This record gives sequence, C-alpha cells and structure tokens, in this order.
Amino acid sequence: MASHAITEVQHVEENYLEVKSRWRGIFAWIFSTDHKRIGILYLVSSLTFFVVAATIGIFMRLEQLTMGETLMSPDVYNRLFTLHGVIMIFLLIIPGIPATFGNFFLPIQIGAKDVAFPRLNLLSWWLYIIGAILAITTLFLPGSLPDTGWTFYVPYAVRTGSNVALAVFAAFILGFSSILTGLNFLTTIHRLRAPGMTWHRLPLFVWALYATAWIQILATPMVGITLLLIIFERVLNIGIFDPTQGGDPILFQHLFWIYSHPAVYIMVLPGFGVVSEIIPTFSRRTIFGYKLIAYSSLSIALFGSLVWGHHMFVSGESDTANIIFSFLTFFIAVPTAIKVFNWTATLYKGSIALEPPMLYVLSSIFLFAIGGFTGLMQATLPIDVHVHDTYFVVGHFHYTMFGGTIWVMLAGLLYWFPKMTGRMYNKKVAYLAWPFMFIGFNVLYGTMMYMGWKGMPRRYYDHLPEFHTDHVIATVGSWLLYIGILILLGNLVYALYRGAKAPDNPWGGATLEWKTTSPPPLENFTQEPVIKHEPYYFREEDNG
Amino acid sequence: MGASNFTNQVDNVFLFILVISVVLLIGITAAMIYFVIKYRRSKHPNPVDIHGNVLLEVVWTVVPFFIVMGFFYYGVVDYREMRNIPEDAMEVEVMGRMWSWMYTYPNGVQTDTLYVPLNKPIKLKIKSVDVIHSFYVPAFRIKQDAVPGMETKMWFKAQQEGQFQVMCAEYCGDRHSYMYSQVHVLPEDEFERWYASAAAEVETFAQAQEGAEVDEAARLEKLVKQGQRLIKTKGCIACHTLDGSRLVGPSFKGIWGKTETVIANGEEKTIVVDEAYLRRSMLEPNVEIVKGYPPAMPPQGSILNEQEIQAIIEFLKTLKAEQ
Ligand code: HEC
Ligand code: HEM
Ligand SMILES: [Cu+2]
Repeated sequence: MASHAITEVQHVEENYLEVKSRWRGIFAWIFSTDHKRIGILYLVSSLTFFVVAATIGIFMRLEQLTMGETLMSPDVYNRLFTLHGVIMIFLLIIPGIPATFGNFFLPIQIGAKDVAFPRLNLLSWWLYIIGAILAITTLFLPGSLPDTGWTFYVPYAVRTGSNVALAVFAAFILGFSSILTGLNFLTTIHRLRAPGMTWHRLPLFVWALYATAWIQILATPMVGITLLLIIFERVLNIGIFDPTQGGDPILFQHLFWIYSHPAVYIMVLPGFGVVSEIIPTFSRRTIFGYKLIAYSSLSIALFGSLVWGHHMFVSGESDTANIIFSFLTFFIAVPTAIKVFNWTATLYKGSIALEPPMLYVLSSIFLFAIGGFTGLMQATLPIDVHVHDTYFVVGHFHYTMFGGTIWVMLAGLLYWFPKMTGRMYNKKVAYLAWPFMFIGFNVLYGTMMYMGWKGMPRRYYDHLPEFHTDHVIATVGSWLLYIGILILLGNLVYALYRGAKAPDNPWGGATLEWKTTSPPPLENFTQEPVIKHEPYYFREEDNG
Repeated sequence: MGASNFTNQVDNVFLFILVISVVLLIGITAAMIYFVIKYRRSKHPNPVDIHGNVLLEVVWTVVPFFIVMGFFYYGVVDYREMRNIPEDAMEVEVMGRMWSWMYTYPNGVQTDTLYVPLNKPIKLKIKSVDVIHSFYVPAFRIKQDAVPGMETKMWFKAQQEGQFQVMCAEYCGDRHSYMYSQVHVLPEDEFERWYASAAAEVETFAQAQEGAEVDEAARLEKLVKQGQRLIKTKGCIACHTLDGSRLVGPSFKGIWGKTETVIANGEEKTIVVDEAYLRRSMLEPNVEIVKGYPPAMPPQGSILNEQEIQAIIEFLKTLKAEQ
C-alpha cells in the first residue's frame, strides 16, 4: 500500500486476523472471544446454511417441474420443505444480520473495543452450532427429519412418526443463542459507547439492533416455552394441545405466533438498519429524518408484538379477534412505509454512486415494497381467507424475508467485505450477478404469487394440471436466481484469496468503522475515538 | 357473475388494493431511479445535506395511515358478510380426515362430493377427526380450517352451475396434496331429485341392516353395494387402492383370505385375513401393522358404525385372494 503513506503509519498495529492467540488454526476462531472473529464465524456458518437450504429449494422446485413424482416421494418432499424452512428461519435469518454484521460492527460503530460480555458472545455461537448439529442429527435417527413444516403445528406434530422432538429441542437451544446475543447487544449499547456517542449520534444500524435486541429478549422465551410444551406433549403425552385428551390445538398456534410474529421483526429490523447505513454512504449526504427512522424501529418492535393473530384468520379464531388483529396489522404498515419514504428522500440531492452495495440495496427496497404491499392484501380479511396457506403467502414471505432481509444481508456483505477481510472483490462480477438474481427472483416468486392467487395451496407435493405452466416458469426462475447467488458468493470467496488489498475507506463512508484500518486491529481503534458529529457527516473532518 | 356470492367481492377488494399498491410502487421506484440518475456523482459531485422536513414527514405518516385504514374498512365490511350466516341456510357437515373430505346432509346422506343447489345459502359446519385440515374452494374464495375437537363454520351461495375444486389448504401429511374433493352445483330441481334418491338409498341400506329383507342374497348384495360406496365416502380410498397399486396402505385387491405378515407388539406373525381381522384392522389398526407399512391408519370407530363395518367387510369379501 505504497500509495497510502499516511495510513501506512497506522498499520503498525496488527489487524485482528494476524493477532496470535494461544490457539492455532481453526481453534483460533472457534475459541476466540473477539467480537470480529465471532461475527465472521457466524457469517461463514450462516452463509453455508444459506447455500445448503437454497440448494434444497432448488430440489423442491425440480420436483414441481412435472406432475406426479419427478425426483422424490411426498415423504421426502415434506421433509425437504421443513428442513428448508427450519434452516432459513432458525439458522439463517433469525441469527442473520445481528449475529454476523451486528457482532462485527456494533462495537466498532459505537467506538467500543468489544461487546459487553465477550465470553457470553462465544457461548451464543456455540449454542447456535449445537442447535444446528442437533437438528441435523435427526436425519440419522429413526423417524428421520421432521415433516411438519417449520411451524410444527399440532396435532400433526404430535402424531407424525418423524423425529419432531429433537428438532424442536434444537430450535429451543437456538432460542437461547438469540436471547444471549440480544442481551449482550443491549448492554453494549447502553454501557460501552465512546465519548461523545450520544443516543442521537448512534448510527441507525445500531438503533435497529437495539430495537431487535428487545424483541429477542422479550419474545424468544415465549417460543422456548411453546417448544418445550410440544416435547412434553410428544414424550409424556400430557395433552395440552391434543384434542383427544382435552387439549386445544389453537392454543399452540397462539403461543407459536406470539413469538414467531415478533420474530419477523427480528428478521427484518436489522436489515432496515443496514439499508440506513448504505444509502447515506453512497449518496454522500446525511439520512433524511434520522429520528423518525430510529423511532419507527422502536414502534415496529412494540406494535409487532401485538399482531400475531393475523396468521390465524381462518383457524377458527373469533371474528372480533380477527378484526382487531387486522386493524393492528395495518397500523404497523405505517412505520414501515415511513422508512421507505425517508430512504427515497435521502437520495434527493445526494451525490450518488451506484456501486454494487447500493445497487443491491435499492433493488431490495423494491422487492421489499412488493412484499409489503402483498402483506397489506393479506391483512385484509376477505382476501386472506382466499390466499391464506397458498403460494401467494409463499411468494409474499420470500419477497419480504429473502427480497428484504437476505438481499440486504448480501448488500451488507458487499459493503463491509473490504473492511472485514481487507480485500476488495471484483465489482464487475458483483454487477454481473445482479440481473440473474433480480430477474430470477421475480420470475420465481412473482409466479408463485400469481398461482397462489389462482388457488395453488402451499406445501403441496403435487399439483393440478391448471397450475402446471406456472410451476415450470417458477422453476426456471429458481435456476436463474441460484446461478446469481453462486456468482455473487463465488466472487467473494475468490476475492478472499486473490482479491486486491482494500483501502481503509473504499466507499467514503462516515461511520466509525471506516475510520479504522481494513481489517481493524484487535481492539478496533488505535486510539479511542471521540465523536463530535451525527453519524452521517460527510464534510471534511476538522479533527484530523 | 362469480362462482359464489363472495367471488366478485373478494376480487374487487383485491383489485382496489392492487391498483393503489401498483401506483405507489411505481411512484417510489420511479423516484428512486430518477434521483439515482439525476444526482449521479459524475453530474452532481456536491451533495446537499437535508436533515428532514417536518411537514413532509407528517404527510407521509398521515397519508399512508388513511390509505391503510381505507383498506381495513373495505375488508371488514366484506368480512362481516362472510361471517354473517343467513338463518335459512341449508346445513351440511364437512368432515376432514387424512386425506379425504366427507359431507353429511341433514337427512343423513353421506357423500365424498359436496352437492349443492344453485343460489341457495349453504352453511358448512366443519370438523376434523385427526389433525388440522383446511376446507378450501378457490373458485368460491372461501376457506376455513377443520380443527379436531372443535366446530368451525362458514357459508356461501353458489351462483354458477358446474363442478369446483375442493382442496385441503392446511398441511396434513403425506397425501395432503391429494386431499381433493369437488363441489357440484346443481339447479335446484336437479338437486332435489338427487337429494331424494340419495335418501332413498340410505333407506334401503338401513333395511339391509335390519334384516327386513326376506331374501338373504338380496340383502348381501345391498350390503356389498353399500360397502363399495362406503370405502369412497369414508375416505378409505385415500390410502387404499382397488387395483393393486400401493398408496399409504396396502391395496384391497385380493385381500380376502390372503395370508399376510403383520407386526404385533414388535413381533412378526402370519395371519389369514378373515372377518375378525378386518374388523380389528378398522377399529384398532395399530395393533397389528401390516409388514412394510407405516402405522398411519387412524382408528375408524368414530366414523363407522357397526352396520357400516359389516357392509365394508361384505364388500371386501368379494375381493378374494388368488388361490
Ligand atoms: C390415512 C390412511 C388410511 C386411511 C384413511 C385408511 N387406512 Fe386402512 N390402512 C392404512 C395403512 C397405512 C395400513 C397398513 C398398516 C396397518 O396395518 O395398520 C392399513 C391397513 C388396513 C387394513 C389391513 C390391510 C391388510 O392388507 O392387512 C384394512 C382392512 C384397512 N386398512 C381398512 C381400511 C378401511 C375400511 C378404511 C376406511 C374406513 C381405511 N382402511 C382407511 C392406512 C389408511
Ligand atoms: C434459491 C433460493 C430459494 C428457493 C429456490 C426457495 C424455494 C422454496 C420453495 C419451493 C418452498 C416451498 C413452498 C411450498 O410448497 O410451500 C419454500 C418454502 C419456504 N422458504 Fe424458500 N426458497 C429460497 C430461499 C429462501 C430464503 C432465503 C428464505 C428465508 C430467508 C426462505 C424461507 C422459506 C420458508 C420459511 C419456507 C416455508 C417452509 C414451510 O412451509 O415450512 N426461502 N422455499
Ligand atoms: Cu388436510
């Protein structure tokens, strides 16, 4: 880096990748308490799970390529969509952005040396891996993988011969991992901010993680209890949910969604945070409506806890309850809409560079908006009666979770990759992946929504002739999407070994992570930073 | 006119929201693309920091609020109608079970296809005997879960003659995606004729049971016919075929008198299919499991009465094993 004479001086301190500890090789990672290494551990593991589950998705789509049996029996198909859903939800998107980028960048963005409880942080990762291993172990036990769908609805989950108890126990453990991460982040944000880092100078990513952490702590125990109850029910036959023993299957759905709906915001809020980082950087101007964005995260976290019943409009829930849940669901659309408007307004009079992270973020807003609008449709009672449990819903949640969160996660990866690894990837290849992903995505999930509207139920191994053309089109879309994903990730893996050295601030970002070296030193900064400005302050620094 | 009284209603709300959504989506996307082009760095190197604008932010908080409240209101008005079941509706009981639907009419007729008269309100009382299913008629835009241990309700008025697909929309296991049935919408007079003849048939079957029939051969013949009907309406053919092919359970082809290996209490034993075995297989299917099959058959005691079991056995007796 001869061209960067000034930064050269700062490079005297070794970066976190070079630091030697008493562990070698892989152990230097899996026993490290450095929040950056833990972030990378999570990143590598969750991206691996992503590729595995996406591959499973491809096989599910292949099964739909012809009517009747194509590749597998219904038995296998049902286990595949369960596995796909469980991996995507519990191993990818719930830990997702907080555990990966949150771990890596939260302390740096607030000017701290590490999270509040580094060992607890390592424990969360271990719990995560143990949960994952348990879930996979079911494959080799009698009964094999569960075939219930990721929602584990009773009484089916109590009756099926497949191995539900262990898988549910795995999810239970993963819940703990999530709670610990949340706890860690809350404490870190409250206690470890650098001098001058007032609440209103926090980057919006930190605000988003803050709101998320509250949901993680408050809502996750709910699912923990529910999952334990299923295990009791299966193993001890106590009859809480089983109607033949006087139990109530609808109770399960309530308990399940009381967590799993707020969990949707655990999935999506951190993504909003990343968007709020990337847009100002590539517009080189401050965010429009900082406070409104920050507080809308909190209000989403709050109201998001009150809308679970919208998953149960046709379950036999009372009409009054349905109407109330529908109302509250519409209510929560408002803070989400506000964010989208504020992001768009942030582009106004900016100085915009459509670098790869920006391209992915902007297209993600488009996809997420589609997910949001279809969400409004589903919140409308008579429409939901028709589209509930059809491919319409499958399309909708892929638009929000995949088009929203996972796209943003990939954008974040493109954004922070040079900082985390010290290497720059090939931008041309990153651009090249985009049309594959974008077109493939819309062909796949757009078609799913369309056939859902026509009445194609979800979790169907086979389909009627009237849906056949749609299924073929969707499957072709899945190929394009998959190719795009492979190009995108392949490019990064290649860059890891062969990429050019990355400068400290390749995008001209203003938040603290861009003021340290790429990759950062063990304790993140050579000197404790002092914060004098709002987070998105792009004018010349006066403090040198 | 829509296939049911709800079809157009639901489509209209949908269209209303769709149009507004598309307009907004295009608006936001166009604004983004316009800004990205207009303010690209090569043309607009000096950004302007704008921290916010209270008026604008109030506008885009309040306006979306009223839009979504509009959606909510429109939805609730239609939903109320969906839930407001007319007093004079004809009641049909819908029973969901792995993996078939059974309909019971007020006069006791049971079918595997839902026959309804045109333009008459029909009230469905929906139940399940095993796991949760969901009764779904896409063309009618109606759906309601069938929950074990509870009765859910729904109504509709068919407005077009013809046949419409019924599906199960709540995942319920291996053959979930084959849990189909049909709604046959008949003109009123035709429906009445069907209804009367089906009732008459029930009557004759009942006679076969009471032994009012003098001629034993004729009585058996009726039982066989009834049994043949029952394995359809009671959903046995969702898991058992008559042609020898394998579904979830073994085929009924050649079952009578067959020598079979079953597993009872974890031990294998050989049995010959006789009346007692068939009866046990229906009432306590999990006591002796046919080797090579999963213990997937639900006990049938709750949906078969003694006479019906007898009829099914008589029918199965006609499916003799090859010697
Ligand atoms: C959900 C699927 C399912 C349904 C519905 C079902 N069965 Fe079964 N049945 C099975 C399975 C699986 C077996 C084999 C395992 C066992 O013996 O329990 C079986 C076994 C049997 C046997 C023993 C067959 C043999 O070859 O020994 C008989 C008889 C039988 N069923 C009758 C019926 C009748 C009559 C009905 C309808 C009233 C019915 N079943 C409905 C799944 C089903
Ligand atoms: C290449 C990428 C992907 C493909 C091809 C794919 C495809 C599919 C398919 C075919 C289904 C089954 C639909 C059904 O029959 O009901 C499904 C379900 C699901 N997908 Fe994906 N998907 C992909 C990515 C994702 C991502 C990124 C997420 C989450 C972040 C996700 C979450 C889910 C969930 C939760 C289900 C529901 C599983 C269930 O019904 O229990 N998928 N997906
Ligand atoms: Cu079903």
